[in-house]
Amino acid sequence: MEGVEQAPVFSLRYVWEQERLLATVMIAPAVLYVVALIGFPFVLAIVYSLSDATTGDPALRLVGLRTFGLVLRDPVFLKALQNTFVFTLASQVLVLVLAKILALVLMEDFPGKRLVRFLILLPWTAPISLSAIGWLWIFDSVFSPIDWIARSLGLLGGPEALLGSEPNLYWLGRPFLAMASVILVQTWRILPLATVILLAGLTAIPRDILDAAQVDGAGFWRRLFQVIMPMLLPVMSIAFLFGFVFTFTDMTVVYVLTRGGPVNSTQVLASWAFFKGIEAGDLAQGAAVALFFFPALAGVTTLILLVARRAEVS
Amino acid sequence: MAQVQVTGITKYFGEVKVLDNVNLATRKHEFLVLLGPSGCGKTTLLRIIAGLERPTRGEVLIGGREVTGLPPRARNIAMVFQSYALYPHMTVFENISFPLRTQNMNRDAIQEKVAWAAGLFGIDRLLERKPRELSGGERQRVALARAIVRMPTVFLLDEPLSNLDAKLRASAREELQTFQKRIGITTIYVTHDQVEAMGLGNRIVVMDQGRVRQIGTPLQVYWEPADTFVATFVGSPPMNLVEQGEVLMGFRPEDFLPIEGREEEDVERFQFEVTWVENLGAERLVYGNMAFQSRNGRVVSRLAPNIRVSLEAGKTYIFAVPRLGIKLFDRNTGMLLRRVSGVGG
Ligand SMILES: Nc1ncnc2c1ncn2[C@@H]1O[C@H](COP(=O)(O)OP(=O)(O)O)[C@@H](O)[C@H]1O
Ligand SMILES: [Mg+2]
Repeated sequence: MEGVEQAPVFSLRYVWEQERLLATVMIAPAVLYVVALIGFPFVLAIVYSLSDATTGDPALRLVGLRTFGLVLRDPVFLKALQNTFVFTLASQVLVLVLAKILALVLMEDFPGKRLVRFLILLPWTAPISLSAIGWLWIFDSVFSPIDWIARSLGLLGGPEALLGSEPNLYWLGRPFLAMASVILVQTWRILPLATVILLAGLTAIPRDILDAAQVDGAGFWRRLFQVIMPMLLPVMSIAFLFGFVFTFTDMTVVYVLTRGGPVNSTQVLASWAFFKGIEAGDLAQGAAVALFFFPALAGVTTLILLVARRAEVS
Repeated sequence: MAQVQVTGITKYFGEVKVLDNVNLATRKHEFLVLLGPSGCGKTTLLRIIAGLERPTRGEVLIGGREVTGLPPRARNIAMVFQSYALYPHMTVFENISFPLRTQNMNRDAIQEKVAWAAGLFGIDRLLERKPRELSGGERQRVALARAIVRMPTVFLLDEPLSNLDAKLRASAREELQTFQKRIGITTIYVTHDQVEAMGLGNRIVVMDQGRVRQIGTPLQVYWEPADTFVATFVGSPPMNLVEQGEVLMGFRPEDFLPIEGREEEDVERFQFEVTWVENLGAERLVYGNMAFQSRNGRVVSRLAPNIRVSLEAGKTYIFAVPRLGIKLFDRNTGMLLRRVSGVGG
């Protein structure tokens, strides 16, 4: 009798019922993934930043914080840090405002709504390096269609023209316009995702509550700012967080459109770390620059998660 | 003058006709109940009156003014939703004051009115809470307070009690009626529960499949149903209907009683074969067949506890219905026929 009741120690069933063991086994791949692809490079970056390694001489000689001193004294680094914040904040604020408008429009019923939804999602599906080439043409110093339109409207190229007497604006050749261009393209790039996130948030607001606000006498703006926005706050902060982290650490648009120019006026941390560490071969400085992501992103993430949490709890 | 009048309201959702030529008018200070099964278009009609939905055809008048094309905010109506629709991010105070803030009323006046409305429903001590921290009954009161706070011309309620448990519902019904009498605001109240409708309404509008079947006082609707739908929708158990040639004969279960002790009344007698007796304490329900009927002859009798006759399943008894309690309906259209004398049995 005893033998029947007691399960053999190593039967499959026995292992299956050991929850701790099972949990460990199941979570292991995720832990492995994080350690291999995030933890290891992170530690390596710290180690490199404390050394004077270059691609020509990758031997690790620890030199303490000397590399950080070099980086911090470099005016291009400070410019890139400032640019990163301008680039990220400007594009993400634009994204939030535009995504909000688009989501509201897409909530309404109108003919062709499905087509418009499809078109808005399109940029998200196109590879950015490919579509950036399209933008390169739009901002071309000679053939820019924007300039062409401005010229034919008489806004550009004439002696008294509003936008200047030269035949072109040279979008990517002037510091201010170059920054505006990369911000515009980044906005265009993140907009679809943000719109879809906000649309999901809007759809989740019960219709009764919006109807109640109407019956209670609230007009469009009051409904938007006193009912819809507060209820959408958690979702909006998540959308902002995604866009912020994504944009802060990304260099694709800058790399393809301006390569940081003219004269570093669109240089951002990511592109600067890349140019320093890979193209110029200074691994130590590249790693040190990249490490500046960490405090900024940790700070922003904590802040936004706190906002989202507060909005949810209260 | 009618506070609310709707004429010829027809509403299509796509191809589906949800309301079909609905006409009704409330009287001053009236508590009007829209009663009908789920899906018959009650909510849609209420939303059309509120201005949340546009009718395909027809007109809505509020206080004698045509408002068909106007948005809800131009109508000075208040509505309580089935889900209560409280603003989750606002406190109870902010919820109740919202309709006043939309009118840019000054702070002191708002304080005063909110205190009044909250006092009316006994929720003064909840003003700082968020809706999530309230029980179902408390939420319902907040929704009512928010609706009443600016004294609307009309008060629209969409099944406001259906989310409460049975015990709360009875007391809420009583409170609602006392409160409506005190305030005197014309009220349109939607429900699918005929007990609620009978208990609350000055008049009941019975609807089915987008059409108004009957408008009348609870007693009219109960004793003089306009058609077989009303007859079987109102009352529990519903009116008995048995085929008799070209007509349907209808009578209420509580009118269908054993003959003992009623020989001298003006009654119609029937052979009644009992198949099942259900004793519910306060009443007995006796199910069985009319002996003269081969098909569709199942009827039920409802006996008050003071009727002590013993009845057994399987036996046949003589039951009787007062002649005045018999209604005749057209077998094809289901419409009530004017009284005809001499029903054979
Ligand atoms: N916005 C809508 N679009 C399409 N059909 C609807 C819409 N609202 C309600 N309906 C349909 O109209 C009918 C009546 O609905 P409703 O007025 O909510 O009924 P009730 O409130 O009496 O239960 C139902 O069949 C419902 O499915
Ligand atoms: Mg309904």
